[in-house]
Amino acid sequence: MQIEYNHQKKCLIVTIEGELDHHTAAAVRETIDKELFSGPAKNLIFDFGHLTFMDSSGIGVIIGRYKTVSAQGGKVVIACANQSVERILHLSGILKLTKVARTRGLALEMI
Amino acid sequence: MDNQMEIKFLSKSENESFARIVACAFVSQLDPTTEEMADIKTAVSEAVTNAIIHGYEGRPDCMVTMRAEMEGDYVSFLIHDSGKGIENIERAMEPLFTTCAEEERSGMGFTVMESFMDDLEVESTLGAGTTVKMGKRILHTKR
Repeated sequence: MQIEYNHQKKCLIVTIEGELDHHTAAAVRETIDKELFSGPAKNLIFDFGHLTFMDSSGIGVIIGRYKTVSAQGGKVVIACANQSVERILHLSGILKLTKVARTRGLALEMI
Repeated sequence: MDNQMEIKFLSKSENESFARIVACAFVSQLDPTTEEMADIKTAVSEAVTNAIIHGYEGRPDCMVTMRAEMEGDYVSFLIHDSGKGIENIERAMEPLFTTCAEEERSGMGFTVMESFMDDLEVESTLGAGTTVKMGKRILHTKR
């Protein structure tokens, strides 16, 4: 699993490549939190274009970050999720809290 | 029964992906669709993660057993831990219920297993461990 991030328009864009499960969740959480607390970003985009697997541990990660970001008045958008990741997002009910976008560009427009 | 396999592995979180890969390799004999494969992968991941986090409370030196059986187009998985057991199974299976909220567990594990598999049974004895048995019919089998 690899995490990359960059800042754009007061927005932290996090790309997770590989699998997001209980084993990899801690590293994802730490990286995002460090950037959110120290950087200028108010909003968060998860770019799941290279995410090959996610289970409910990933939902925990998203909900946790949603709490942080929404407390600062920011938004969370999930971009480029594949079909199986999207199924678990739907099942979890998290899409009532966050938006989904087909592309990173569309996600930025939603912020 | 057409085929069967059993593996035992340490309760390390690294082994969650190992168990998923083994489950996928076994079920691939039935030629499932990508979606069916993803369902099984996710459900197995949830059960093994539960065994490690809840059954063994994160201790990495205990054993998790995964057994899989195939009969016709039906595949079943049994995931067993000899950990602390579940006090109230009904409550544990409620969506969003978690005993580990501070660790950002979503409480969706059993809901995912129930939704992605056709059958789910949970047996647990306090202080003795938990066995999750779940099965799925592979509808798109070419057999």
